[in-house]
Amino acid sequence: MSARPRWFRWAIPLAAVPVLLLLAYGFRTNPRDIPSPLIGRPAAPFALETFDGPRIALEELRGRVVVVNFWASWCYPACYEEAPALERGWQTYKDRGLVMVGINVQDKDEPARRFLAQFGHTFPNARDPAGRVSVDFGVYGVPETFFIDRAGRVRYKHVGAVTDAVLKRHVDTLLAERG
Amino acid sequence: MRRAALVLLSCLALGWPLAALGAAPVDEDQVRDIAAQLRCVVCQSLSVADSPSETANQMRGIIRERLAAGDTPEQVKAYFVDKYGLWILLAPPRQGFNWLVWVVPFAGLGLGLVVVAFVIRRWTRRSQMARRLAPSAEPGIDEATRQRINRELAELDT
Repeated sequence: MSARPRWFRWAIPLAAVPVLLLLAYGFRTNPRDIPSPLIGRPAAPFALETFDGPRIALEELRGRVVVVNFWASWCYPACYEEAPALERGWQTYKDRGLVMVGINVQDKDEPARRFLAQFGHTFPNARDPAGRVSVDFGVYGVPETFFIDRAGRVRYKHVGAVTDAVLKRHVDTLLAERG
Repeated sequence: MRRAALVLLSCLALGWPLAALGAAPVDEDQVRDIAAQLRCVVCQSLSVADSPSETANQMRGIIRERLAAGDTPEQVKAYFVDKYGLWILLAPPRQGFNWLVWVVPFAGLGLGLVVVAFVIRRWTRRSQMARRLAPSAEPGIDEATRQRINRELAELDT
């Protein structure tokens, strides 16, 4: 036993160093923070029927800044927290070249309509019954909000409830760009 | 010229839904096979095939739809990678830095086997050497003691 070289007694503690480094790296990254490959790329076109009836197609909104918000009535509390901010943002910017579109995912008609009525949403909201638009936008969960510039490119993605400040920051930036 | 274009256009318009209707039914095994390779986006470490969530259900629907439209399994997977990044694949593709994930476990196993073989050889060599060096008789017993043990054992037997 005493024949073992001196360095051997350091071998086990030294072997732990790479493991500790890996853990230190792993614990500092947020597993929920998954970068979207869609940033900077053209948003996938969609054409959906709104709750009020008329169709809304993303391609027809080219030249305007578009905020696309994915939500569900069962998404509590985040969707309920952000709902008033969305309506406020819509009221503030609708005459300045912004279009806001709500996309309701994995929901039933009745609770979805109740949600819209509860918050008095006046911007167009549509359903994505088969989840195609959600996957086209790489949505992980609700709520997620995408900011699309005048050229139709996805510029920012916000995961979780949006606030007045988040809306203002991104919308102001995109509206300032002359398309 | 314009009429020809119109005819062509209407053929395309009519032909597209017809082609979709006439498409072969989708192989459910193929749907499951693709779903098993995709990560369910709302789960922790579950594939789209294994998850009972509505999201996974819808993703299976999209896989089915794309296969029915004539996409190959590779094209279907590429569509999901395009939207979610390589993260969506449960097995990292064998390219670039990802090779590390595929190679390191086997390299570690190989290294471990080499170390085990080395240690075993050392152990067997040491015990062989010990046997060779030891006197044939048990150490520490002189001839007189041996005779006495034998005598007493023989008395016990009688």
